[in-house]
Amino acid sequence: MNLLDYLLAHPREVLTLTLEHIWLAGISVGIAILVGLPLGVAIARRPALARAVLGVVNSIHVVPSLALFGFLFAVPWIGERAPRMAILALSLYALLPILRNVCAGILGVDHAVVDAGRGLGLTDGQLLRRVELPLALGVIVAGIRVAVVLAIGIATIAAAIGAGGLGELIFRGLAMVNNSLIFAGALPAALLALVADLSLGWMEGRLRERV
Amino acid sequence: MASPQSNAAAIALRGTSFRLPGGPTLVDSLSLEIHAGVTLVLLGRSGSGKTTTLKLMNRLLDPTSGELLIEGKPAQAWDPIRLRRRMGYAIQDVGLFPHYTVERNIGLLPAVERWPAARIRQRVRELLALVGLDASLASRFPRELSGGQRQRVGVARALALDPPVLLMDEPFGALDPLTRAELQGEFARLQKRLGKTVVLVTHDLREALLLGSQIALLEAGHLAGLYTPEDFQRTNDPPALAYRQAFSPSEDDPVPPQPPSPGEAA
Repeated sequence: MNLLDYLLAHPREVLTLTLEHIWLAGISVGIAILVGLPLGVAIARRPALARAVLGVVNSIHVVPSLALFGFLFAVPWIGERAPRMAILALSLYALLPILRNVCAGILGVDHAVVDAGRGLGLTDGQLLRRVELPLALGVIVAGIRVAVVLAIGIATIAAAIGAGGLGELIFRGLAMVNNSLIFAGALPAALLALVADLSLGWMEGRLRERV
Repeated sequence: MASPQSNAAAIALRGTSFRLPGGPTLVDSLSLEIHAGVTLVLLGRSGSGKTTTLKLMNRLLDPTSGELLIEGKPAQAWDPIRLRRRMGYAIQDVGLFPHYTVERNIGLLPAVERWPAARIRQRVRELLALVGLDASLASRFPRELSGGQRQRVGVARALALDPPVLLMDEPFGALDPLTRAELQGEFARLQKRLGKTVVLVTHDLREALLLGSQIALLEAGHLAGLYTPEDFQRTNDPPALAYRQAFSPSEDDPVPPQPPSPGEAA
């Protein structure tokens, strides 16, 4: 039996699940960016808070993903729909690399540049928007890149709680001991991760060489 | 709140101290008056408190005790942003914004002050000419400039809003001796033309004698003495004498007109 059999026989199903997968990972990383960017900026200025926040967010990664999906059943509103649980869990995972890199990116900006900007009379907001964030952007994109690859990978497990995505084919294939089915889920998921990694890597390189 | 008086010193320190929380006292009850148009050099070895004193003047730091008056008005009563935009700031590492061209580096403060674009362009051209740089450099990035060119851009950027006061922290420190001497000479001429109030931090005696109209010698956060350049070369005050000797070619000849190797001794 050829590994590509299922993929070629059911292109529409694979495409639908791929789009679902992209949607799950995309929304989750989007939420992680919306939370991680301002939070990362806030903790970059407060080292004590940074240690506490990064510690908490870090500890989320200690929870096995399957267990985290399970725990979320108990959360009101979130637990009612599988995609909600999946998106919350994926956002939590994606938060760490983004938060860490926003913080590290801002702290990594040359002190002389920040000192000069402040001494010349830029406000905190002007310094952030015009100097610190642009100069930290390469590092921040590197964090988003890790988050995207992580989310695409872990999103396959979301199928275990019925949230959809390419994991469905993989879990079905595992249950039926059907390699062609597993492959029909795994190949597009791997390609997604690869394409995301390469394109964000290219962007990161472009942003870093300006500095 | 006292209104700025025309006869008040541009900057006055009255027993000003700065102490790190739970740490050492970096500036210890310093009293100084800097009048408009004067170039005051804060001279001293590393750790003598000169940079800290400079940062008190534009409120990058606030005194922990004593008074600091800017144009007769307590520094704490000034909005720090407004205050800093009235005081150009140039530092040893220059700190040019690496993602901005020379033009945008110099034009950043005018831009945040919402000057019209045409006026910013014109001001940038003026300033480039003033610091002796070709207008064609405007579109370059800092990494495409030599060390001396970067320092000039740093000075031009500090002058962008035409501030009455210029604060400079070892602005020529990172340059090779030839380029440094060239820039020092040019700055001396520039200062004569502009008549700004300048506070310049350096450990380089030659630079202090060349550029200063007054030299404040600092030692461990204290004012060890305040001199004109001529007095500094004649005085027998032990701290000034020691400083001169460190720069002199031989221990027996404590009054060198031109120390041969500036910069390294402190």
